[in-house]
Amino acid sequence: MNFYNDLLGISPVLIVSLAGLIVVILEALFKKGETISYFLSIISLILAGLFAIYTYSMYSTAFNGMVAVGGYASFFNFIFCVGALLTILLSKDYLAKRNINYGEFYILVLFATAGMMFLASGVDLIITFLGIELMSISLYVLAAFARTDPKSNEAGLKYLLLGAFATGFLLFGIAFIYGSTTTTNLKVISANFQNYQNDFLFWLGVGLLLVGFSFKVAAVPFHMWAPDVYEGAPTPASGFMSAVSKSAAFGAFVLVFIFGFNGTNEQVRYAIAIISVLSMALGNIIALSQTNIKRMLAYSSIAHAGYILIGLASANELGKQGVLYYSLAYILMQVGAFGVVSIVEREENKALNINDYAGLGHRKPLIGVLMSIFMFSLTGFPPFAGFVGKYYLFASAVQAKMTWLAVAGVLATLVSVYYYLNVVINMYLKEQPAEVLNNPEQEKISISSAFAVLISAIGIFIIGILPTLVTRYFEKLF
Amino acid sequence: MLSEYLPIFILMIFALAFASVMVLSNRILGPKKPNPEKLSTYESGMEPIRTARDRFSVKFYLVAMLFIIFDIEIVFLYPWAVTFDKLGVLGYVEMFLFIFVLLVGYFYIIKKGALKWE
Repeated sequence: MNFYNDLLGISPVLIVSLAGLIVVILEALFKKGETISYFLSIISLILAGLFAIYTYSMYSTAFNGMVAVGGYASFFNFIFCVGALLTILLSKDYLAKRNINYGEFYILVLFATAGMMFLASGVDLIITFLGIELMSISLYVLAAFARTDPKSNEAGLKYLLLGAFATGFLLFGIAFIYGSTTTTNLKVISANFQNYQNDFLFWLGVGLLLVGFSFKVAAVPFHMWAPDVYEGAPTPASGFMSAVSKSAAFGAFVLVFIFGFNGTNEQVRYAIAIISVLSMALGNIIALSQTNIKRMLAYSSIAHAGYILIGLASANELGKQGVLYYSLAYILMQVGAFGVVSIVEREENKALNINDYAGLGHRKPLIGVLMSIFMFSLTGFPPFAGFVGKYYLFASAVQAKMTWLAVAGVLATLVSVYYYLNVVINMYLKEQPAEVLNNPEQEKISISSAFAVLISAIGIFIIGILPTLVTRYFEKLF
Repeated sequence: MLSEYLPIFILMIFALAFASVMVLSNRILGPKKPNPEKLSTYESGMEPIRTARDRFSVKFYLVAMLFIIFDIEIVFLYPWAVTFDKLGVLGYVEMFLFIFVLLVGYFYIIKKGALKWE
């Protein structure tokens, strides 16, 4: 590939980064540049998404085998654009509501998106690291974005300290792998994989990488930060962190563990399976007793990390497809659910309890229906996307002769029905609180937020009924 | 494989032993005649004014942080300068892009008044 083809291959990243830089300049030049920044971010993300579709058929690597382009990378670039776009649409009114309407929010979302794109297309561990840092540093700041709110500060600091620690594990793992293989390129490692079978340092590196990635996807026992961070961060940013950045980490996880380490070996896959079972069990059980909806969704996101890890533990074709499909489905469900939370939320962290949703389905019929769709999809009811995703993942475990893992997944899903449907029950079957009925104009819904939530719900519906719309792009990834 | 790291391990052991022997022998063998002058903080020969454990203005930290970011990025220019003649036009253009990104950040900092002391 020549240089211009390389540039075309990574055009989605280039567009998003360039837009980020332009927004930085706009923010410096204009006192009230938020609206321009908002529209520029939206246009750039749509453009990047179109370029991701355009470069889909390239199936290659660019810049001396450092970055994957086309196929796998394009798919992930596209879904990150979708996730970031939904987040930005949701955030405008939310930021105004919380009195933190600064254009820097869009800069951080754009840079985090660029980092995610690198993360999910790095064929070299150096690029993986670069992507994870670009993404994480932007997210640390996003978590602390409501800077006068102590909870948001707590979220940012906690995320920064623990995230930096986890990055150390990841980097140490990369160093060990480099030490034993003399390369950081995943293609070279994959080709010579037989030579490292008995190399202690190589497997030590794999283990450390597993810890680093488990932290980034908030899997038990590396999940401690997730509930506090997702609770304290501004709500659209929580959705962005818990869904889009998690998908990015899973994109890299699949690249490194399945493509780079050829699915690793039996022991590592069992370790992943155990992490997966622990995440599903702990996430779902603790979510049962949550009263704050953001914390509930945070624990549910830990559980969902567990579901997706099933695909990595089985490490077969179906598992890979499951991870990819679930990444998209999860972005739509989780960003949508956090979107509804951000719409319902009042200033000063009010209306965040699950019983604040009482009667919402009658007051705001559209929002009620959409929230129900997200909850049903997160539970895994057909015909929504969550069902198909779970089907792929559980089927992959059966195919890999890990039936017990699929059984654990189904049991965990059963537990989760309670707390997801609890929200729906609150919305439709509970009495409406009198103070809300008396001032109905308290609950205004802006067009852009409603549009974003509606798009997510329609997306869930379409890819849930017609999964082949998405899965046919998984047949050839490289 | 592990045996390749043996020299490094020996070096680490040696460094540790050397440092601890030096410090310990100094402590054991050296004469100890303390006086107030010797015990006071060393400030390049000046009289210490007050305790060093004072509260600093947060502005110092901001300037220090910004300095470190730009300082580390500029270090990248040295390896580039050394191999400049081998990199060709592409390397030249890419360094300009790199500096452009830095300048955007610098522009933002100045416009936001991060370097204003008051």
